[in-house]
Amino acid sequence: MKIAVLSGKGGTGKTLVSVNLASVAEHSVYIDCDVEEPNGHLFFKPKEIKTENVSVWIPFADEKRCNGCRTCVDFCKFNALAYIKDHLFVFDEVCHSCGGCVLLCPQEALSETPKKIGEIKKGSSDHVTVISGILNPGEASGAPIIKSLLSSPSEDSLYTFIDCPPGSACVVMESIKDADYCVLVAEPTIFGVHNLAMVHELVKLFDKPYGVVLNKCFKGFNPAEQFCLENKIKILGRIPFDNQLGTVNSEARIASKEIKRYKDLFTDLLLTISEEA
Amino acid sequence: MRIAIPVNEDSMKTTICVSFGRTPYFMIYDTETKDTKFLSNQAAASQGGAGIKAAQMIIDNHAEALLTPRCGENAAEVFKAADIKIYQTKEDRLDHNIQAFEKGELSLLNEIHPGFHNHGGN
Repeated sequence: MKIAVLSGKGGTGKTLVSVNLASVAEHSVYIDCDVEEPNGHLFFKPKEIKTENVSVWIPFADEKRCNGCRTCVDFCKFNALAYIKDHLFVFDEVCHSCGGCVLLCPQEALSETPKKIGEIKKGSSDHVTVISGILNPGEASGAPIIKSLLSSPSEDSLYTFIDCPPGSACVVMESIKDADYCVLVAEPTIFGVHNLAMVHELVKLFDKPYGVVLNKCFKGFNPAEQFCLENKIKILGRIPFDNQLGTVNSEARIASKEIKRYKDLFTDLLLTISEEA
Repeated sequence: MRIAIPVNEDSMKTTICVSFGRTPYFMIYDTETKDTKFLSNQAAASQGGAGIKAAQMIIDNHAEALLTPRCGENAAEVFKAADIKIYQTKEDRLDHNIQAFEKGELSLLNEIHPGFHNHGGN
């Protein structure tokens, strides 16, 4: 079962929830799709790491064949190509690697060349397989890395946890596309509700089964809880606003391994999710 | 010399547009013949790479200089390859900037910004 953990903004608790769920599950795979700032590996400290490069295809022009017809320049919806003074210019970081220009070139002057945009690191930490995607700084989109992360053959594990990037943009859509269940993590603030509403809209659009984990709960009114009640959203669990949890987590330690009540909390949460999914 | 300027409307009374790539119009002005024409910017609604497409359009209209408040790095690279000089506009009004350019009062734009790409996610 593939469980995606997402939230409308960073710092809500996606990594806290997905790392601890993966840790309490018997055998699991943890995939860090937050490729611009992957941090799940800091908690797991995986060993026997294998690294794989991720590349995208970029057009490359053979100037002897190019006759300046500009079919490619006019075709590209992202304007990644320009034709100046008898030379074709390719803007790598604007190119979305669709390959359309190569297909359309009447002179067969265009071919594709690989460009490395990042890597995937795979290792193990006790019973958890830890896979992280890393996007090189300056690259425009992590989507190809996420695609590659999620297409790698899955282990025979009962659970795969997908730690998503924050927000609700393409990279998040790519991360939840094949998920069986979505866990939305929310903070008890008005801002938190706004971000929860964004991802809520996204999972509904994708027609995914989902539920909410309320994080940083303290006494008094919780606007995120009210949002769930108003929209009849299943509340899967509540994580308290707890100094000890914050400290353990900030030191990149896994709370459910060290503190009994968090082991119980995340075990119960995993059970609830399994029943819901 | 033919110059190109990003402007908000297609009239001489218009103002300079703050965006180069997504300006609604470009004014092409010939300093010798005083010919003017306004081009609708086809790059304005582009999903991405508006600066590249807008720069291509200016080159295709044989401009030799660009007057703009600012310019992104991709467009600047296209202009550099085409040997087109970029001058920085001084204030809002189109006519004042043309006069300033003709008197040699505009200086070259030396600050190229890295672009405002991927806002709203990609």
